[in-house]
Amino acid sequence: MTGHAGILRHAIQRLLGVIPTLLVLVTIAFFLIRVAPGGPFDAEKALPAEIQANLNVKYHLDEPLVQQYLRYLGQILTFDFGPSFQYKDWTVNELIGEGFPVSLTVGGLAMLLAFVVGTVIGVTAALRQNTAVDYGSMGFAMLGISIPNFVIAPLLILLFAVFLGWLPAGGWDWSLNRMVLPVITLALPVIAYVARLTRGSMIEVLHSNFIRTARAKGLPERAVILQHALKPALLPVISFMGPATAGLITGSVIVERIYAIPGLGSYFVQGALNRDYTLVMGVVIFYGLLIILLNFTVDMLYAWLNPKIRYDEKR
Amino acid sequence: MAMLEVRNLQVGFDTPEGEVQAVRGIDFDLEAGDALAIVGESGSGKTQSMLALMGLLAENGHASGEARFRGRDLMKLSPGELNQYRGAKIAMIFQDPMTSLNPYLNIEKQMIEVVMHHQGLDRREARAHAIEMLRAVRIPDPEQRIRQYPHEYSGGMRQRVMVAMGLLCEPDILIADEPTTALDVTVQAQINQLMAELRRSSNTAIVLITHDLGVVAGLCDRVLVVYAGRVVEYGTVEQIYYQPRHPYTRGLLASVPRLDAVRGAGLNAIPGNPPNLLDLPAGCSFRQRCAEAFEACGEEPALRDLGDGHLSRCHLEPEQ
Repeated sequence: MTGHAGILRHAIQRLLGVIPTLLVLVTIAFFLIRVAPGGPFDAEKALPAEIQANLNVKYHLDEPLVQQYLRYLGQILTFDFGPSFQYKDWTVNELIGEGFPVSLTVGGLAMLLAFVVGTVIGVTAALRQNTAVDYGSMGFAMLGISIPNFVIAPLLILLFAVFLGWLPAGGWDWSLNRMVLPVITLALPVIAYVARLTRGSMIEVLHSNFIRTARAKGLPERAVILQHALKPALLPVISFMGPATAGLITGSVIVERIYAIPGLGSYFVQGALNRDYTLVMGVVIFYGLLIILLNFTVDMLYAWLNPKIRYDEKR
Repeated sequence: MAMLEVRNLQVGFDTPEGEVQAVRGIDFDLEAGDALAIVGESGSGKTQSMLALMGLLAENGHASGEARFRGRDLMKLSPGELNQYRGAKIAMIFQDPMTSLNPYLNIEKQMIEVVMHHQGLDRREARAHAIEMLRAVRIPDPEQRIRQYPHEYSGGMRQRVMVAMGLLCEPDILIADEPTTALDVTVQAQINQLMAELRRSSNTAIVLITHDLGVVAGLCDRVLVVYAGRVVEYGTVEQIYYQPRHPYTRGLLASVPRLDAVRGAGLNAIPGNPPNLLDLPAGCSFRQRCAEAFEACGEEPALRDLGDGHLSRCHLEPEQ
């Protein structure tokens, strides 16, 4: 029936479904991090008992676990993730607020680059299937997938910062030339993956009957590819992009460390290592929310791209 | 000179097992307004020969021979030149209407692009023309339905859309590849009737690829019987139906189920299978399945004229 009403209803249903998902996520994360041995104030040199007790009272760690859990639930309802246990004088909200825009910029640009370059390479390879162009780009893609970014990053720095001197080796001041290397480092493996994905699905689409119909209509090859084949060929790429984007825009620990970027990435590791309960909870919930949001976006994009998905029936 | 002259059309496919000789020399002429049926079993090369004309063979396929359309050999055209004929002068509709339309685009988009590209109409004119064609193939409420997507159409309606789409540019030739095989019998009749009407009203020549001899009688006036990539018999519908000369044609006719057949008599089938196109036997390719085969059949017979344009490729026919 009417697609738009169906899509809207589906959107609302999906958004309501976010609440239980998040509740499960919060609960599991809350208890898991507390089950982990050690606590936020453990240090090599044990603190005097009184100080430890005072700290516990201040951060409500003296209360029964269930009470702490309920207190935390009440707190996050107001989007307050509480103070960090380790970064003194910082709240978790402030830490995320500082780090996320940086990671979002680098990751977002990387994703954009990966999508454009990856699909162009993939489509080109598909159209020149089993030629040197195809083998060359797919070989390159295989390399891109297999070389880890902690190898790519130093290589890029060596080449472009040390030998050629074109770009700074690291640091962050929101200037474009400091973004180039980290963005490329993050994008390369994604470019490779997207290119392989696009090639495969494009080849499949090109063999379908409706492409033969389009050719039988005497349309120029360009129109056959762009107007008939591209949309279905991009569907698998779109579903890959959702979760992949969440991963990229929340920052890569390794890449941010190598390029000295003050992003969100290191908080995931530091929070967990330090048993910084509130920070861990904050980034986990934030990450979960992003994943849900991006998957939701992918779903909506799907409905828009594929008229058969109308979401007006039970699916 | 006929409108379309096909001479010694050959199609082969490179496979890991070797070359599949799908079409081994087909000749025919087509005049404006003709209705020719190409009849044969699956794998006889009837579809591949037409795909070859349209430049639509799969990547591992290659074609040779001539197909002169109004004097120009389609087989020698570049893809760009061929595109001026495909969809405009020669249209083709396919066997499976469920997958032949693009599921991601609405009917309007898929129809108007044809006329916008070939006739340079603007979007509004193209849309009006498309709606007119949909009405001609009796799609109800075409102004509304043109905005819908293929999955909102039934199989029969999709095939009618395919027919309408094929006829948008008033082509000289409409090639219909088993257009009704995937459809209900009642819908089959509608589509066939539609093609018959269009042939009468616009003088479009029709090439009907089918294995259904019942459909042929109602729609076509000449029949080309193809076996293992070669023409084995050619004639008017009357010649083929009332005086079939080639044993294969007789077998095909005998295998058509009849309402007046004796109850419990079972279906008549031609025994055996078509030969392996990777490794064709010497001599007549129908020899192994032919009840009337004799020594001479070890040699490939020529296509002989039996008079009145009736041709048959069989040693049983006396040399003229």
